[in-house]
Parts: sequence; C-alpha cells; structure tokens
Amino acid sequence: MSKEPVAVVGIGQTRHVAARRDVSLAGLVREAARRALRDAELTWADIDAVVIGKAPDFFEGVMMPELYLADALGAVGKPMLRVHTAGSVGGSTALVAANLVAARVHGTVLTLAFEKQSESNAMWGLSLPIPFQQPLLAGAGGFFAPHIRAYMRRSGAPETVGALVAYKDRRNALKNPYAHLHEHDITLDKVMASPMLWDPIRYSETCPSSDGACAMILTDRAGAARAPRSPAWMLGGAMRSEPTLFAGKDFVSPRAGQDCAADVYRQAGITDPRREIDGAEIYVPFSWYEPMWLENLGFAGEGEGWKLTEAGVTELDGDLPVNMSGGVLSTNPIGASGMIRFAEAALQVRGQAGEHQVDGARRVLGHAYGGGSQFFSMWLVGDRPPDS
Amino acid sequence: MTSAPRDREIAVVAFAQTDHRRTSEELSEVEMLMPVLHEVLDSTGLKTADIDFTCSGSSDYLAGRAFSFTLALDGVGAWPPISESHVEMDGAWALYEAWTKILTGDADTALVYAYGKSSPGSVRDVLTRQLDPYYVAPLWPDSVALAALQAQALIDAGDTDEPALAAVASRNRAAASTNPHAQLRGPVPQGDHLLQPLRTGDCPPIGDGAAAVILAAGDRARDLCARPAWIRGIDHRIEAHGLGVRDLTDSPSTRLAAERAGAFERPVDTAELHAPFSSQEVVLRKALRLGEDVDVNPSGGALAANPIMAAGLIRIGEAAARIHRGRSDRALAHATSGPCLQQNLVAVLEGEPR
Repeated sequence: MSKEPVAVVGIGQTRHVAARRDVSLAGLVREAARRALRDAELTWADIDAVVIGKAPDFFEGVMMPELYLADALGAVGKPMLRVHTAGSVGGSTALVAANLVAARVHGTVLTLAFEKQSESNAMWGLSLPIPFQQPLLAGAGGFFAPHIRAYMRRSGAPETVGALVAYKDRRNALKNPYAHLHEHDITLDKVMASPMLWDPIRYSETCPSSDGACAMILTDRAGAARAPRSPAWMLGGAMRSEPTLFAGKDFVSPRAGQDCAADVYRQAGITDPRREIDGAEIYVPFSWYEPMWLENLGFAGEGEGWKLTEAGVTELDGDLPVNMSGGVLSTNPIGASGMIRFAEAALQVRGQAGEHQVDGARRVLGHAYGGGSQFFSMWLVGDRPPDS
Repeated sequence: MTSAPRDREIAVVAFAQTDHRRTSEELSEVEMLMPVLHEVLDSTGLKTADIDFTCSGSSDYLAGRAFSFTLALDGVGAWPPISESHVEMDGAWALYEAWTKILTGDADTALVYAYGKSSPGSVRDVLTRQLDPYYVAPLWPDSVALAALQAQALIDAGDTDEPALAAVASRNRAAASTNPHAQLRGPVPQGDHLLQPLRTGDCPPIGDGAAAVILAAGDRARDLCARPAWIRGIDHRIEAHGLGVRDLTDSPSTRLAAERAGAFERPVDTAELHAPFSSQEVVLRKALRLGEDVDVNPSGGALAANPIMAAGLIRIGEAAARIHRGRSDRALAHATSGPCLQQNLVAVLEGEPR
C-alpha cells in the first residue's frame, strides 16, 4: 500500500526568551500556531486535527496541558493528541502528526510543541528522586558530562572542540531573529574562559532555559498544491528507543540513534549522507554532542566527528552546515527544541531561512533525542515530493 | 471520513490486564507491567522482536516524577532498539496512534500498553493539576467535586435521580462479579454522600493497574487470533476546557467521535463505557443512543476498576476480548480524559460473521 506524501506548508515560532511574562501558556502556543497558519494562508477551520507535544508536565506544573490548551489551539470539536517522548518529543510530535496525513486519516494537521520554562524550574523537575535508582540530582548536565568524557577519551579529540561548536552556534544565532541568545560580543576566548559547570562542560557550552513554542502545518498532496509558498516534503521519518541504563549500552553512540538515522536514509534513498544531505539541524544541548552525533548519524566515521567540526565543515558556510539556526545551544524551550530542529530543516529547503539560509539546500535533516540518550526521532525533508 | 472503508484492516488480537488493586506499593511500574506484556505476547506467540511498533500511555503526575515512562521500556525489552512512541494520555490514545502507524503501512503489528498507579498520592488532588493553571487549579476543585456538579446538572435537567444513579452503580458492580481483575465486585453499598449528589457508590475505586493490547493488520491478525476484533472505525474529539462553556448534561464530542467511527451505522450488541462516575454513564448512553438491549459494561466498567491512564484502553480490550470469545459480534468501546468527559474516544469493533 502507498502512503500519502506529507508536506510542510506552514511554520511559526515564537521569539524565544528566558521568560515570556507577557503571555500565559495558552497565549504562547497560540502565537506560534497563528504564525504557522498565516504562513500557510489557512484558518483554524482548515485544520482537521491537532497534535501537541512537550517535555514533562512537571516543567510547568500542569498535568496533561492539552486539556487546558484545547481552546487556545482551536481544537474544540477536533481530535487532539498529546505526545511525550522526553527531549525528543518535538520531533516525535511532528512524526505522529505526519502519520495522520500519511495514513490519510486527516488532510491537514496542526502540530505544535512548547515549553515555558519560566513557569517552573526544569533542573528541579528533572531531579526528583527515583526509588531504587542512583540519584542524579544534577539536572541533565550531570548525566551527560561523563559520556562526553568517554567520547573525548575514545576519539582523542582535543579539548577545544566543544568551544568551537558553541562559538559557531552562538554566531549562527545572531542571524536568527527568533533565537534566544543573541551574544553580539561573543568570542572563542570568552567561551573558553566561561566557568566550568560539569567538567568538561563550560557555562557557554550549555543550552539556555527558554520559553517558546513552534508550530507546523502538515498537509497532503492536495493541500500542498494549494499552498501559497513552496512546501517542504517529508522524505523519511523514524523513531527509535532503547532502555536508559543497561550493561551493553553505548552512551557515546547509542544504537537507537544509528538505527533511526539508517531507517530515515533508507526511506529517503540516501546512501551517502555526507554527500547527499545539504545541512542538519541536530539536537545539541551540550556543545560536544555535535561531533558525537555527527558520528552517530553517519556523517563521519567513528572517532572522526570532531575533525569535521575542527575543519569548519559544520560552519554556516561549510560543506555540511550544522545548526544553522543557532541550535539548542542558543534556544532551548525543551519540549519545542526537537520541533524547532524539524521546522528549521523545513525552512531551509523552502528557502525561507532568511539570514541563516544555506544556498541551494535541497535535503536537510532534523534530529532530536531525549531521555538518557534513549529516544530518537528524525526526519529528512526535501524541496521536491518523495516520488519525483 | 474515519468510517470510510480503508485499504487496511486492523484488529485487536490480544488483551491482558492486571488484577486492579487499591495499592501495589511493593511493585514498580515495570514490575506491574511485565506480567501483562508477557501475557499478550504469549497469547499470540509473538516476541518483542516481532513487534513493528510500540506505543504506551501514562502520566508523570501519577508517578510523581518527570520522564516516568522511560523506565517502563525496560519491561518491554527494547533491545535491539524498537520503533516506539508514548502519549501522555490514556492508553486508548496510544492505541489510536498505533492504529494510524499500521494504516501507513510502516507496521503490521503493534504493542500498546498503559499503566497507572494512583496509590502513591491523593489522586483527587493530583487531578486538579489538569485544570486551567491560572484561574481554576489554584482553587483545587477535585475530580469528585467536578463530577458532582455534572451529576447535579443532570438531576436538575430531569435526566436522572439519585436512585437511578444507584442502579447504574449496582448493575456495573454486579456485572463485575464475573471479572476476576475488577477491584470492586458484587454488592457494594451505595454509602453516604461523598459530595452531593454523589455517594461513595457513585464514584470509582482508586487503584493501580496496567493493561496491554496487540494490534495486527489483515492476514497477520487472522494468523494470530482465531476471531480477531476488527477495528471498523475509531475517532476521538475534544471539547472546551472551561466547564462554564459546556453543557454538562451532554457529550457532543462523544457523539461526533461515534459518528466518525461509524457507530450509528448499525446497532452494537455490547458497549464498554469509560464512565468513572455513575452519572457519566447517563450522559454517555444518551450521546451514544444506547438502548436497553445493549449490554453495557459487562466487565463492570470503570466503577469496578479505574486504573487511571489504563482504564480507557481496558474498555477497548474488554470489548475486543468479548469478540474473541464469541460473546459479541459488534461492540463499541469508549475512553475519556479530562474533567467531566472533556475528551472522548470511540472505537467500533467487529468479529467476522459466524
């Protein structure tokens, strides 16, 4: 049987900041949704279903917020689903929405992900003690730092690579009006002189805590034909999960990430990702995850990822630009971060990324991960429909 | 639309649930879930590696910690890595996501599970955190209080009275006497008013439990199950959150979901309704146009066992199991979420003619 091709015809996001005190949760999500509708030149009445995602409910202290947000997202009388797959949720949410179109259950779907971290304290929300588990009362950085150390030891990467990533992403963010951090006076020296938080992760190599939302309008072939601006077409999408902790787990390059990427490439007919993909929005909350994921995603061989970063390949004007938008390092409304990656990939192939546009980007990867590097979701979008 | 013929037939081929209990403090979620996962897999002969897609439903707020679902994967045996997703909703919506995944052709089989432990906290307090966080939640109106408002609205409208509600509760719990998994069974006293007009007997038991279902497409379903419960239609709809803008005596979202699922095209012989309060069965029966000839909640329904996040999936499982056993030919299953039936899902299941 054949799937319906899925097109992205509308993208909207909020300007991401540390605290949006001027809007409620409902006001925040509605802002992104309305921008996506405006981009697609559609109205609420054109939307058949709504799929939303966010990271844990504890981050805002609202249990199952889709119930409260139904009115703000025009979902009354419609189907509404709420996805939660930890940090990968923004990507997973888009894929669940895409499946509704691909399965021909609905013609046009609004998908949205958000986080309003200022309503609460995410570090605290992540650090609730779990019986019979070792306490990791240090937020996400405390969990990931040892795995970065393992990567450095295994690959022999010089200690400066993480700072190069942070310096690049923060400069890219200057070209993205929606990015949270706009550090106009950023220098490599400043990154390297910033305080050590979780050795080897320095302050400037970590993501900020942001308020923000991202929305996309996904539609079928008929919807794409009516779209006012060129759509991005989904060429492949996949999710993979593995357990958080077990003896054989490779935290540096989890197999779930490798398998997920391989599935996406197979669907899209990609055999050499390094040559055939024009850019990647990769979920990099701590700078070192750029070289680590470059290997995990098949852009570089094992132990070789840092060489791409060091050689400038991942710069905005490099051969394989990574995180053209400034990435998670510059903007991190956790639940939305994955969807922002997916949406930025779509903006690139639509030629609508503004100052951080990569010339001639035709195929771009959007990537998200979550949990203890155990949940992965990815999509590859292109400027042409999958069957052309 | 959703009731239109599709080029893929998808069926529930296996169902398992725990014995639902007031407390299971000696068990982690994974320990509670594992026997149920093994039971559905064993009944089909499938192994984890044979499952194309896995989807679960649960809530962090019941567990009292973020990312509570991540450890449940240990119970599934997610290695090598699996294609997997999770909804922070009742497992009935996880089943819906799995159904769409199979419809795309990317999967032929799916494992769906859901679990909830209400015992660690006060579930009435916890559920207040679902409400509008700025204007309503700070007042802590609990789930029983909101259901009581709905029950009073029904009484005021002449749709029911206290004795009729008592009869609903009594009938459900009598039916549960043949359900070994139910938490409350047989004659249960209607009790004193908990919050007028609701008595303890009108309210669901608070308990812990889990459930799992396996879905399969086409001939795969026929291979795995002697009499698959084919999903002829499934749809869900949400209503406004504010109780003040809703008519609490009606459930337009249930009616619309039922229409879209094709429930009204032909009569059903069985209905499994997710009505945690006796008064909500009154609303649902009207919205679903269920006559006295329909066997409603032969399992005892949510009044006999209401493990939050699993209770809706259990309705689909119970309806399917009745078809598997040859006790039903066409059954309706319903799941709900949110205060006073805010969000509703309806599935229509059929067995092949005998």
